[in-house]
Amino acid sequence: MDRVILHSDLNNFYASVECLYHPEIRNMPVVVGGDEEMRHGIVLAKNQIAKTYGIQTGEALWQARQRCPGLVTVPANFKLYLKFSKLTREIYSDYTDQFEPFGIDEGWLDVTGSTGLFGSGEKIANEIRKRVYEELGVTVSVGVSFNKIFAKLGSDMKKPDATTVISRENYKSMVWRLPVSELLYVGRATTKKLKLMSIRTIGDLANSDPKLLQSSLGVIGLMLHRFANGQDNSPVAQKGAEAYIKSVGNSTTAPRDLCTIDDIRTVLYMLSESVAARLRGHGLKCTGIQIYVRDKDLFSCERQAQLPFPTFLTKEIADKAIDIFSTKYRMIKPLRSIGVRGINLVPEDSAYQLDLLTNHNMRDKFEKLERTVDEIRERFGYKSIQRGIILKNKEFTDISPKDDHVIHPVGYLSGKII
Amino acid sequence: MGKKFVDVTARFSASGKIKPLNIIWDDGRVYEIDRVDDIRRAASLRAGGIGLRFTCMIRNKQIYLFMDENIWFMEVDS
Repeated sequence: MDRVILHSDLNNFYASVECLYHPEIRNMPVVVGGDEEMRHGIVLAKNQIAKTYGIQTGEALWQARQRCPGLVTVPANFKLYLKFSKLTREIYSDYTDQFEPFGIDEGWLDVTGSTGLFGSGEKIANEIRKRVYEELGVTVSVGVSFNKIFAKLGSDMKKPDATTVISRENYKSMVWRLPVSELLYVGRATTKKLKLMSIRTIGDLANSDPKLLQSSLGVIGLMLHRFANGQDNSPVAQKGAEAYIKSVGNSTTAPRDLCTIDDIRTVLYMLSESVAARLRGHGLKCTGIQIYVRDKDLFSCERQAQLPFPTFLTKEIADKAIDIFSTKYRMIKPLRSIGVRGINLVPEDSAYQLDLLTNHNMRDKFEKLERTVDEIRERFGYKSIQRGIILKNKEFTDISPKDDHVIHPVGYLSGKII
Repeated sequence: MGKKFVDVTARFSASGKIKPLNIIWDDGRVYEIDRVDDIRRAASLRAGGIGLRFTCMIRNKQIYLFMDENIWFMEVDS
């Protein structure tokens, strides 16, 4: 029997929530933007009216205002969006325990086992749409199909507030005519390569020779060929799969470009502190560190290295991040954004090989110290206790990273990234 | 149309249920809630918000009273 998979996508999520809470701007073009003074001044989301002006997510707010002079810009309120995200998940959980989030505003539901109770996938999708609108005042688009890839394509087809069913019978007529770039994991570079092979639509991809795709794109070529033919069989993760976190990372765009190693040290410390606190919160340790840098011309790269022991200590994470930065990256231009990520995670109580030279008693004490800091912050607020290095350079650190950075893009292949 | 935050007197039952008993207006007038007909999670497009919606009868008039976390609000004509 085929699986029944739903992909549910909240329409214009941030903007819809803002419009719900501000009835007076509902009929105006609205964008939710980042903080311009902190140089995060880009469009994060737009409502349907702003969309008609051609405003793009990710473009600068001043550009958006040029396109649409009467534009209303609203600052983002992530706490509220997280609340809505959680409430939509509660609705989904009435229909299945298999929900795999894909970012804050979308995710897959495997309802195969619930169709006996609630009816067909389409019926469940319609019921979810109705409930989300009635209970939360925002709309979702739902794609229903027999695999995750087509379900996602379906939810993109009709917006807002619509259900699209892609079945074994109709997928060729519905999916194959779409441009290949609509497929998950076909980005700009892949689209270009496929175009060189005269592959423009998903149908072209489905009907091309897998060997040819493999020679040009590697194993990804084979995967995309399967995707296009509806043969994706990746499971929808169980609810609570957040426990299988693959990495924990934080990044930030600084209020001004980072020019000196001192600047960078401060920001890396601040980010490491947040990464360490989140690792502790999840009961995990990392055995490797990855840093991400983006310079003022938006060139970006990632560098990584292994740690000698699994850790969730700020100092060890930050020192490693700074070490990676100074040995593996050559800074030519000032940096705009920087990030730290703990990778290759293990449970916090997993065994590891000790050595003779490191003072492991001291490490235990530091672990206790950091947990105490967590407790103090929990009770009295993030800024109630801070490191000296962070007070030294206040302009970069005037945020509470653990609260502010809980929303992250997720990779489809790499699993969940919190 | 707008959102009016109000003071509410409510009874918290031993089983964890909440029942609003009366609404206290800003000028001190108290409106007794005669009956609660329905309780469900709902959005209010008129007031702009979401919460647990109590369908209440006050002096034969039906009103929606919303509880969003610990804040109570009503839909009013502004």
